[in-house]
Amino acid sequence: MSAPTGPRSVVVVGAGHAGFTVASELRSEGYDGQITLLDEHAGLPYQRPPLSKAYLNGDLAADELPFRGAAYYEREGIDYLAEDGAVEISRADRTVTTATGRVIGYDALVLATGAAPIRAPFVTEGLLGMHELRTRADADRLTREMRSATRVLVIGGGFIGLEVACAARKHGVDVHVVELRDRVMSRAVGRTLSRYALDSHRAVGIHFHLGVGVTSIGATRGRVSSVTLDSGETLTTDLVVLGLGITPRTELAEKAGLDVDNGILVNEYLETSDPAISAIGDCCSFPYAFGGRRIRLESVQNATDQARTVAKRLTGRREPYVAVPWFWSDQGGMKLQMAGIGGMDDREVLHGDPASGRFSVLRFDGDRLVCGESVNSAGDHVSLRTLIAHGADPELIDHFSRPDGDSSPTALKQLARMLRGRA
Amino acid sequence: MTKVTYHSPTGSAVTLDVPPGVSIMQAAVKGGVDGILADCGGQRQCATCHVYVPEQYADQLPPMSEDEDDMLEITACERTERSRLSCQLVMNDDIDHIDVELPEHQR
Repeated sequence: MSAPTGPRSVVVVGAGHAGFTVASELRSEGYDGQITLLDEHAGLPYQRPPLSKAYLNGDLAADELPFRGAAYYEREGIDYLAEDGAVEISRADRTVTTATGRVIGYDALVLATGAAPIRAPFVTEGLLGMHELRTRADADRLTREMRSATRVLVIGGGFIGLEVACAARKHGVDVHVVELRDRVMSRAVGRTLSRYALDSHRAVGIHFHLGVGVTSIGATRGRVSSVTLDSGETLTTDLVVLGLGITPRTELAEKAGLDVDNGILVNEYLETSDPAISAIGDCCSFPYAFGGRRIRLESVQNATDQARTVAKRLTGRREPYVAVPWFWSDQGGMKLQMAGIGGMDDREVLHGDPASGRFSVLRFDGDRLVCGESVNSAGDHVSLRTLIAHGADPELIDHFSRPDGDSSPTALKQLARMLRGRA
Repeated sequence: MTKVTYHSPTGSAVTLDVPPGVSIMQAAVKGGVDGILADCGGQRQCATCHVYVPEQYADQLPPMSEDEDDMLEITACERTERSRLSCQLVMNDDIDHIDVELPEHQR
């Protein structure tokens, strides 16, 4: 049931995890007004995470990527418009203009515009053999070219870069990873896990060049042929994959005069500087409920949980967005699962034995648990999601500050159960 | 082909033909069955494809992995002896028919 004063028409811009979920949750919450879901891409709204994981590995078929079948949108009365992105918002008229010239009115607008790969200065447009990974078409092109390549060079040692490196290695290709920082996944994980992952990847024959930048990319007859590093070294290669991170897509919001600063700025209710417009997922910068600062996250959890927060608000249940962030990455035989957000100066405490291939790292800001990173240990990860939500709980702080505090997987599980029961 | 009947908490039911190699979650998502979200797409990350499987089918199903067992800790509705993640319930031709019950909510 819609709130009596609630919107009668909602337009959602972007059909990734955030956009799809807000449309679908509006219906689940009983909203019976109009929903328009604008997608600049063709086909059906689909999942991005497998593109660098199971899909690239050939373990997941293309028809498994869409969130739902075509009939779903019709049945739910979601007006899904493919191959038609939003190009302009008129806040005064409360309309969105699309690339094909449609003008769609809204009572509530949800921006789920996502993010785009960062382009580096050394990248020349139009070079063959040059890849980035954001869409299914990107993944298909990379898969095709990987089959005939003998060497792949990945620029950027973050999640996507390492996932691609593993997939390429699985295809039997010689793989080099170039990373500007002195360690892999430096933005997302702590030193302990970073080190462990590097060793594991090296053990399967992936070559790393850490702490070096790229100065130029060499080409022969319009096709990538080499990469020159700022160390002076030149590496020959058949393909280059850019994994330099992504940047929020805020053009539309900026043009409409909304506040933007590393993402579309939203409050704890995920409202932009215009309360009729919400922003969710990769494109928004929001106040972090567990940290007293603004953050922007690129994850399925953040996209879907924010979508639910907005769907609830638009149907009359106004609640702030409070969710412990979690992420995962599949890299070769490693399933990495992270909960919470670490800081630069966290104290890292290792639980379990890395030599066994299963362990967790607990990261503390003072006595407070702020982040947990698990390798092939889903049980720990699930406990850590709960423990981090209760990071400020005096009993928990006391537990972790005791030198004899038991932090075995079983103990973590019991603590998590106790805290969940209390909620 | 397995006939999977999805029973909603309100008493309605939908039956789908599920080919071997396809999970109960995948079939539901493609077939537009309400009540299975599958946020993570079957990666054992989100526990939003929780179902209850009546005891009589337990032996026919793929065994529960440690990961699945762990993820079932954080289902939105109460976990019972019959709880499974439907993304892990891949059908095969030996299973003729199966009933699954959907929880009240997944998040």
